[in-house]
Amino acid sequence: MAILINERTRIIVQGFTGRIGTFHAQEMIDYGSNVVGGVTPGKGGQKHLGLPVFNTVQEAVEQAGAEASIVFVPPAFAADSIMEAADAGIKYCVSITDGIPTQDMMTVKNFLRLFPKKNRMVLTGPNCSGTISPGRSMLGIMPGHIYSRGIVGVVGRSGTLGYEAADQMRRLNIGISTSVGIGGDPIIGSSHRDILEKLEEDPETRVAMMIGEIGGPMEVEAGVFAKENMSKPLVAYIAGLTAPPGRRMGHAGAIISSAGESAAEKVERLKELGVTICPTPSLMGETVAQVLAGL
Amino acid sequence: MDIHEYQAKEILAEYGIKLAEGGLAYTVEEAVQRSREIGGNVWVVKAQIHSGARGKAGAIKVCRSHEEIEAAAEALLGKKLVTHQTGPAGKLCLKLYIEAGTDIAREVYLAFMMDRSHERIVMVGSAQGGMDIETLATTNPDAIKKIHIEPAVGLQDFQARTMAFALGLNGELLNHTIRTIRGCYRALRDLDANILEINPLVVTSNNELFALDAKMSFDENALFRRHRISELRDNTQIDPREIAAAEAGLSYVGLDGDIGCMINGAGLAMATMDMIKLAGGEPANFLDVGGGASAERTEKAFRLVLADSNVKAMLVNIFAGINRCDWIAEGVVQAVRNIGTTIPLVVRLSGTNVEEGRRIIADSGLPIITAETLAEAAEKAVHARNQAVA
Repeated sequence: MAILINERTRIIVQGFTGRIGTFHAQEMIDYGSNVVGGVTPGKGGQKHLGLPVFNTVQEAVEQAGAEASIVFVPPAFAADSIMEAADAGIKYCVSITDGIPTQDMMTVKNFLRLFPKKNRMVLTGPNCSGTISPGRSMLGIMPGHIYSRGIVGVVGRSGTLGYEAADQMRRLNIGISTSVGIGGDPIIGSSHRDILEKLEEDPETRVAMMIGEIGGPMEVEAGVFAKENMSKPLVAYIAGLTAPPGRRMGHAGAIISSAGESAAEKVERLKELGVTICPTPSLMGETVAQVLAGL
Repeated sequence: MDIHEYQAKEILAEYGIKLAEGGLAYTVEEAVQRSREIGGNVWVVKAQIHSGARGKAGAIKVCRSHEEIEAAAEALLGKKLVTHQTGPAGKLCLKLYIEAGTDIAREVYLAFMMDRSHERIVMVGSAQGGMDIETLATTNPDAIKKIHIEPAVGLQDFQARTMAFALGLNGELLNHTIRTIRGCYRALRDLDANILEINPLVVTSNNELFALDAKMSFDENALFRRHRISELRDNTQIDPREIAAAEAGLSYVGLDGDIGCMINGAGLAMATMDMIKLAGGEPANFLDVGGGASAERTEKAFRLVLADSNVKAMLVNIFAGINRCDWIAEGVVQAVRNIGTTIPLVVRLSGTNVEEGRRIIADSGLPIITAETLAEAAEKAVHARNQAVA
């Protein structure tokens, strides 16, 4: 099963013919993702990487049956591309682009809310490494070979810290159903909670792992959701114990601006909510292994 | 990106917000000259540094004569001023804002900011102005009024009226308050600000409404379309290491420890710093080299970390996805040779092309300590630091 994407998901690349879009489209094709084409306005009708290029997402949906898209468009134009995908009926969109203005994301989220929930595009990112259902489909920029297929669902804000977790699990022969990067920006398409909701519904996923960081209330909200609505155990790691308040730690969203947003405070709240905490980032794999052993 | 009070006030004036008369001074003589131009017999000399809590730190002085202005200006100009927001290093004061003294009848608080959990702009107000809003939020949360603004339609007058009444600003002041609120909202929205805070907004004894202080902070990601705002950046208020990092396209935050860090990805960087702390050390910095780090970029990052004279040991932790371990390894070897550093160095490589990367490190003949896992890397870095200090 997995969530969001599988081997059949028909994928298009927005910003297909650019340098970055080209490189990662090829990586995804090599991984086995079902890439059916891409969109670059003004280059419709051409072929790129042996696949059709469309002028609009609408054409890609009508002519290639596109269901999912990945956005590599530069920050100034990325919000527009995401809204175009939603309008054309794309079901799932990953926005890799880093550096989209916060007010643009506010507009995007407002636009998405105009659609009734059953027709509303799911967005993850921006500023994320994408989503992978190991062995089936990769819609992102991660090194696919470090993920093995299995029963742990992963959601995290950070790309490389997600790789670290996947690598630790693979060394312990633990596989992943789907790993979702939700991104490091202040306003993002899907929260930890949104992804946990999907992992709870996925029959293949037995354990959920959340990789969070300082800033915002999202991890604690996810913990509350897990306590009230999840039958599956939740394991969490929160990065940023050493982060000073008021300073932005790389991610635009990683800034401690009010009470409850520091790593220590989040860990305390999550423990109270019954979440299993990874005490250090080097024990993400082992903590998951212990929880799996207790199933 | 933060700006100075005087810059925020220039912006607010354009949006129709009323201010006390004031002017900028770079020297003691100019400070006195400004006060003569303003006239009257009470002035406020305000240090222009990127920090709040200036009043408590003595960076805002009320003066009743030109001699007092001279003394205040001499005490502030060219000095590093420490407030509880600046950290112990303080911020250098190179400019003063001289303002006419205001006869204050009442103080209120008004702010607009991006509320990330509601994904909307929120207007925040309190009839109890002049104090720290975070303190008020914990001691008396009911005294704070919050109104969220629907992005599609923007701020409506009924919302502005609701806030005005919550602030106790009615009667003759009502229309002026609504104009002030609308102006602030437009300034935030038009200029991609994250925060616009007026603390305090005051009612004068003549029943006028003045923005007595003003703070604005802007979305770095939107500066590409706000050229006028990006020109307001004041590098004297920013850690020089962070300026050098930004020019090299690196994300750097200076900290107080002595283990230098170079890592790819913000999350892994934070996690690695956590590991250092758990192993008994203190990180000297946060540094994300980002994706696609070339040998040149790696060397720049190295120089930046080692420019901090506190650094006693250095840890490189790379999990290569888009990056390649062999390129990083080449960059590390090249940097160590070019810089000729003797500081102990721990390198942990993982991910794409890891074997080639490790071979390059081993073949270099340099005394580089290698590690396989994150935990091992942090422990070795702390151990190396302890030996270097001993």
